[in-house]
Amino acid sequence: MTIPLPILDSAAPQVALDHLDDLWFQVGGTVCNLECSHCFISCSPRNHTFGFLDLETVRRHLAASVGLGVKEYYFTGGEPFLNRDMTAILELTLRYGPATVLTNGTVFKEDWLRRLRAAEDASRYSLEFRVSMDGFTAAENDAIRGAGTFARILAGVRHLLDHGFLPILTVTQTCDDDAARLFAGFVNLMKTNGYRKPRIKILPTLRIGAEADRQRGYQDHERVTPEMMAGFDERLLLCSHARIVTDRGVFVCPILVEAGEARMGDTLADSLRPFRLRFRACYTCHQHGTLCANIPTTGDS
Amino acid sequence: MAERIAVFGGIYSNYLALQAALADVQLRGIGDVYCLGDVGAFGPQPNRVFPLLREHGVRCIQGNYDNSIGHELPDCQCGYTDPRDNYFARISYAYTLAGTSRDNRAWLRELPLERRLTVAGRRALMCHGSPRRMNEFLWDSTTSSHFLRHLAEVHEADIILATHTGIKWQRHFDGKHFVNVGVLGRPENDGTTNVWYAILSVDTDVSVEFVPVAYDHDRLAHEMAAERLPDEFIETIRTGWWTTCLEVLPSKERRRGHN
Repeated sequence: MTIPLPILDSAAPQVALDHLDDLWFQVGGTVCNLECSHCFISCSPRNHTFGFLDLETVRRHLAASVGLGVKEYYFTGGEPFLNRDMTAILELTLRYGPATVLTNGTVFKEDWLRRLRAAEDASRYSLEFRVSMDGFTAAENDAIRGAGTFARILAGVRHLLDHGFLPILTVTQTCDDDAARLFAGFVNLMKTNGYRKPRIKILPTLRIGAEADRQRGYQDHERVTPEMMAGFDERLLLCSHARIVTDRGVFVCPILVEAGEARMGDTLADSLRPFRLRFRACYTCHQHGTLCANIPTTGDS
Repeated sequence: MAERIAVFGGIYSNYLALQAALADVQLRGIGDVYCLGDVGAFGPQPNRVFPLLREHGVRCIQGNYDNSIGHELPDCQCGYTDPRDNYFARISYAYTLAGTSRDNRAWLRELPLERRLTVAGRRALMCHGSPRRMNEFLWDSTTSSHFLRHLAEVHEADIILATHTGIKWQRHFDGKHFVNVGVLGRPENDGTTNVWYAILSVDTDVSVEFVPVAYDHDRLAHEMAAERLPDEFIETIRTGWWTTCLEVLPSKERRRGHN
């Protein structure tokens, strides 16, 4: 497992927080029922580096986010639905704003989805489910996410559809495959599973954590230099408009939670200072734009 | 007596809907008419919209499409991320760019990016997407009220008027208002063929009336077919359901459209 270390031998550009649009919560810590071979923070049933966030911690940060004018809330892990407070956390959040939860889709319970359906119906805001899947065949997906997961994820997607949710299938491009083939394959798979107009989001891999062992880590030239920021729209970087709350404090983004330097402070107020792009994973964010939002920000206008 | 203004956005070359909306505004005796941008796109014969705007003294600001056409940029800056949406956006943009006269491009290029006015003592700010970004999508279901309050405070406005998403909505928060005025260019994914504009009335209170505009959509569909615009665009005009530019929709807005 490769923990991101800062690059020490060159000047790194600094990115100011333009506005805290997106507040993330690492509600699942690094605990996951799966052990995907490309996970950038190496989540597993045994990884307790980060723990679950409880409802009160989330409540405190939601209250603080009002004065900061946060626009949307995101929940990730690990697997968020291993957190026993998860349904209550989403119910509470939908009273504040729109919520998106990133899940592997394999652990839903009927009662949770029924409650969440009611919570979204009672709210003016959307509840989005981003379900991770890494191949449109069992062979491709299970090679990354583990034996039997393809069928379990599909069952999870159908379960969400049955409750009126319209999940966004989030696909990591784990091989040198073209995005168009992946996209078409997933559209076809979803349609045959009753999802008439499926929503698909394709992401690049982040070459840290387990992924660095599966394929490769970053190469020496893969870093963000001051020259690369000339004329670049900083809003494409998550660090310009997001922060993430974990049980170990507030970090700059969901990708760098294992890097000590990415810890911005104990509270949201502490975390609003600029961040220096001293990590190679920042290169992927720079190359591909905002990876983590439901609708990535596009270029200047 | 309340001070009233009419506001619309997203004409998308739908000159027939624009004619119908302007006639309705005139009938109601409203003199001040504003357009929040995106004059072209999607529809046929881009130049037909411009004389109508000038004749009726419609005060326009620049949308992302106007900025792109005005500066002859390579794309519309609509902000789509889905490959199919981008495919159709490219067709629409190439057609509109080629069909917009040099004079009209220059006119689009010179439009202001925002407009501020005082309506019965309230500070109104008109923008295309959001006060901070021309192509920002502000949907009802993905925009918290405290974020709107932040925008109103930072941009010193009591009423923010925007368009860009294609679906109207409004919210009242802390004595301030956000209004997405909707668009005239295409129906809003609800299975009806009419389009929408907004009337803002301000006296001691602020009120917003969204006005449905019926127009000869069959004629528009025929003219789009004659221009060989994609069948998918024509289907939207005929049915009121979106067939393209769908992937930016959040789930609540998507469900309303059975998508």
